[in-house]
Amino acid sequence: MKYDLQPTLPAPSNTIGVVAWMRKHLFNGPISSVATIVLGYFLISWLIPIIQWTILDADLFGESRDACTSGGACWVFINVRLNQFLYGFYPAEEYWRLNLAFVLLIGSIIWLVLPRTPFKGWMALFLLVVFPVIAYFLLYGNSFGLMQVETHLWGGLSLTLVLAVVGIVASLPLGILLALGRQSEMPIVRSVCIIFIEIWRGVPLITVLFMASVMLPLFFPEDMSFDKLLRALIGITLFQSAYMAEVIRGGLQAIPKGQYEAADALGLGYWQKMILIIMPQALKLMIPGIVNTFIALFKDTSLVLIIGLFDLLAIGQAANQDPKWIGYSTESYIFVALMFWVFCFSMSRYSMHLEHKLHTGHSNRA
Amino acid sequence: MSNPQAVTDHLMVELRDVNKWYGEFHVLKNINLQVKQGEKIVICGPSGSGKSTMIRCINRLEEHQKGDIIVNDVPLTEDLKNIELVRKDVGMVFQHFNLFPHLTVLENCVLAPIWVKKLPRKEAEKQAMELLERVKIPDQALKYPGQLSGGQQQRVAIARSLCMNPDVMLFDEPTSALDPEMIKEVLDVMVELAHEGMTMLCVTHEMGFAKTVADRVIFMDGGQIVEENEPHEFFENPQHERTQLFLSQILQH
Repeated sequence: MKYDLQPTLPAPSNTIGVVAWMRKHLFNGPISSVATIVLGYFLISWLIPIIQWTILDADLFGESRDACTSGGACWVFINVRLNQFLYGFYPAEEYWRLNLAFVLLIGSIIWLVLPRTPFKGWMALFLLVVFPVIAYFLLYGNSFGLMQVETHLWGGLSLTLVLAVVGIVASLPLGILLALGRQSEMPIVRSVCIIFIEIWRGVPLITVLFMASVMLPLFFPEDMSFDKLLRALIGITLFQSAYMAEVIRGGLQAIPKGQYEAADALGLGYWQKMILIIMPQALKLMIPGIVNTFIALFKDTSLVLIIGLFDLLAIGQAANQDPKWIGYSTESYIFVALMFWVFCFSMSRYSMHLEHKLHTGHSNRA
Repeated sequence: MSNPQAVTDHLMVELRDVNKWYGEFHVLKNINLQVKQGEKIVICGPSGSGKSTMIRCINRLEEHQKGDIIVNDVPLTEDLKNIELVRKDVGMVFQHFNLFPHLTVLENCVLAPIWVKKLPRKEAEKQAMELLERVKIPDQALKYPGQLSGGQQQRVAIARSLCMNPDVMLFDEPTSALDPEMIKEVLDVMVELAHEGMTMLCVTHEMGFAKTVADRVIFMDGGQIVEENEPHEFFENPQHERTQLFLSQILQH
């Protein structure tokens, strides 16, 4: 018995295209159709006034509240105080220093994120080692002919970014060390790491910040005073590194024992094994967890307002107190929320992209 | 050496009264074994007999609690220096290959030579390509392990071990996790290696392989060496009844 070869036919027209998609996903049976219509109605009846208020009826340009006449959002408020939202109380003639640091940061991040840019390794080194030094001198000044800007003048989005970037850059390596320590076969190292992690995980960040700003100075001699921002940074870093350590431990435990054994059998030392074999695989598994921690950290930076640092949220609240602009706090909160959301959402999207990229081509099957 | 197959008098691996416990459980009981340079030993036995544990003690993936293990004149003790020395000389091939999935085949092969032996990358890559040629997969060098078949992965694992120029090779059930049609390609590589004079200890149930290359076959059961003989005698005339039972069970079908 012999069969003829079958021709390749196009898919039937009622299974592809917009109408087919809608039939399958929106109107797939009576329940689905009713749900689509009801939810669609709510969505539209919510969206129209929101768009009306935020965009169509909003006022953006002007000098004072008198410019807000259209009945919608008064973005004039944000517009007039935009510099404070971005730079805090940093002297206006020194804004270029913050801008330059920001451009350097974003530029090198984009360099690293884009596919097929050369010298990625050097760029990462620059970002992790050279950039913090440059950023310190740029922001704080007091050398290279730059005017000193005390940290109590720092504020707004730039302070939020300082807190988040330092927290992220410092807590990741510390978290890795803690996670490795917790797995160590040396009982003292292990106990120290476990105690450290459990103490920091068991304390709210607000408590940590209070202790850093109020209690810590009591333990040091009077003439020895740490900068308040520095204390907050140390508090945030140690706090987040404990969380980071637990995320990383989860990733380490997911690596099959055979990988450790193969590395041992080849004669690799402990650090070689961890850096070359285990960590690259574990970090890949940990990306969602790590980015999750980064996002939490980014948002937690707003807690520094309780110790008197003016981050983005605190600047927004301060602006609300301005008698000239009473009644426009909705606008400032929405603006602050939007800024936070933009940064957190970008991190989240990039992590999804990274996960996708790293999982193609080769499987994790040992 | 005129004949690479020759067995010399140099003792490559020596186990003297080796005992090991997992907690309370006595897994290795008074193991005595001498392996000369160039000798090929096949170790078989039922599962749980301690055969894997024994060869894993030889490169200190497992610790023994009593007795001496001496590899190429270096005694295996707590001393990390000695463990490092031994691991440089001893290659190991695992049942599940244990290739590094995040590295290409070539990177898998050059990693240890570069980081442990401090070989320049160029030289390590040249040597790795030669060895990949020897296991007949040079064309897969730039692929990731996940893209290869089981048999290919195991041959890469063998090449990776050989890149360290080991004096002894340990094989821990190298064909047990393979699909039947891939067993031969791996065994062929192992036979070739044996003919080149490598000192080998293989835990395997491939009795054909044992008959072709082994100088001695060791049968383990219950954590001890029960019987030891040259292959012909071992298969034709097993002494111990446990050996007879085992052989009848694995050779029956």
